[in-house]
Amino acid sequence: MFRFMLKRLAMALPTLFIVAVSVFVLIRLIPGDPAQLLLGDLADPARLLALRTRLGLDQSWLTQFGLWIGHALQGDLGVSITTGEPVLQLVLSRFLVSAQIVLVAVVLAVLVAVPAGMIAAWKQNRLPDLALVGTATLLVSLPTFWLGLLLLLLFGLKLEWLPVVGYVSVMSDWKNGLLYLVMPIMTLFLHEIGVLIRMARASTLEVLRLDYITHARAKGLSERAVLMRHAFRNSFGPTWTLIGLVLGNLLGGVAVVETVFTVPGLGRLLVDAIFARDYPVIQGCLLFVAVIYVLTNLVIDLCYPIFDPRVLAE
Amino acid sequence: MKKFLTPQALIGLLFALLIVGAALLSLLWTPHDPLKISFAARLQPPGASGWLGTDQFGRDELSRLMVGAANSVWISLLTVVFALLIGTVLGVVTGFVRGWLDRIVMAFVNALLAFPGLLLALALLAVFGANQYGIILALGLAYTPSVTRIVRGTVLSLREKEFIESSRVLGNSELYTMARHILPNCIAPLTVLATSMFGWVILAESALSFLGLGVPPPAPTWGNMLAEARPFMAQATYLSIFPGLCIALTLLGINFLGDAVRDLLDPRMKGLE
Repeated sequence: MFRFMLKRLAMALPTLFIVAVSVFVLIRLIPGDPAQLLLGDLADPARLLALRTRLGLDQSWLTQFGLWIGHALQGDLGVSITTGEPVLQLVLSRFLVSAQIVLVAVVLAVLVAVPAGMIAAWKQNRLPDLALVGTATLLVSLPTFWLGLLLLLLFGLKLEWLPVVGYVSVMSDWKNGLLYLVMPIMTLFLHEIGVLIRMARASTLEVLRLDYITHARAKGLSERAVLMRHAFRNSFGPTWTLIGLVLGNLLGGVAVVETVFTVPGLGRLLVDAIFARDYPVIQGCLLFVAVIYVLTNLVIDLCYPIFDPRVLAE
Repeated sequence: MKKFLTPQALIGLLFALLIVGAALLSLLWTPHDPLKISFAARLQPPGASGWLGTDQFGRDELSRLMVGAANSVWISLLTVVFALLIGTVLGVVTGFVRGWLDRIVMAFVNALLAFPGLLLALALLAVFGANQYGIILALGLAYTPSVTRIVRGTVLSLREKEFIESSRVLGNSELYTMARHILPNCIAPLTVLATSMFGWVILAESALSFLGLGVPPPAPTWGNMLAEARPFMAQATYLSIFPGLCIALTLLGINFLGDAVRDLLDPRMKGLE
């Protein structure tokens, strides 16, 4: 167990390093003086000079990278050009908004889609399977931003059950706050069940055709016991891995949903920063999301032996 | 060929032909000028003037959808070709030559694969700038790692085979062996990948356009049409429906077609997904 964890940790480190290098290089690829980019066009010369020394712009790229990583590790990601706020603070507060939406949506989707996918596999090529696969394929084909608009049309404009524009934090007013979260969560939930049903079905089918399932049936176990004890447990592994990827993809994709529902989340922060050429915020967002993504997948992988102890043996 | 034409594959083919047909037709003819502004005819519902109505500037919705199809198909095609070219070259070279080059390239490829595609594209757009060339470069580079990995995997499994050995023994150069014997064997897995990649790219391109980071207005794309329709959702619901429907039908078609292509070229996966 310990060796497996160490090995997996050792795999995450180079990825994090390359991510850091990429985010660092990104800002240097843009033509112009990095200090000028990071402070904006209106910066006064004294601050420019101070930042140049701080970034080590008169020294080698290697030193510059070391300085930058050093600052980042201490939580210093610079300040936003547009608002003057510290980037880390900005990113963290916006991340909490996105995370509540993404987490709730994915947990709900897993609870619905994994059993549904397994049922589809069990009833392969019969009516429940065809209905489930059809629904899943349809849901996967609906772009989240359009699905969001359709929900907005139905629940916001037609039925007038839910607020159309705006956002209230759950922390300050939980009753209204929840109302604003319903549609963003529902949008992501509907999209992700499409993805997860297909995956859960595929991995269950793969397990169901193995010899030990035939053997379990042959020795007279009830269908229920075959499925519950032997098939479903083993088929959950690949789906579990996919959940990590889905969580990460949503951190990038959530920008679209946040735009539809005017939610001030991390995705929207990044897009607005790209518009405003607010490079410290762009760098901060990218680095933060990448680190979260790698860490999420690390945690997912470390939990993997719970569903499939075989990986420990390798 | 008979096995390929399942009902789903037929539906997929039909949608694909419809979209490509509309895109091609828009190059020669559209019912109205897609960019012509007419304030007298703004927000006309479908039927009155033009089959699908007019938008907030009185521009004909159907014409804009057709040109939008052309823009989306063209951008996605260039992106997929771009990713395939770079990814294949990297994959064949790293898989065939191995050594330190392989290790460095694959370290980067694996790190990039550990990045959500859309996020990578957003990062690259910050460098290239938000326009159609930026989109092609950003999405192309974002999807290159998946191509590289698949091609390299195929090459690695091939390079020890006897027919590759024979080609060497016959005195063929490495370059010739790669082009003549390795590349053709990569075509099947690449076709499967390219089909689904086309879907991802169409979706990513419209998402970026929706965010305002894609093809700048007034040129229509389905994504920016939806973004522009949002403020008029209450008065002109149809403006929020049609572009999304186009994206959804295209993706549905590609998904069906992708499943069929995969079943045809990779029978092991048949019926699995």
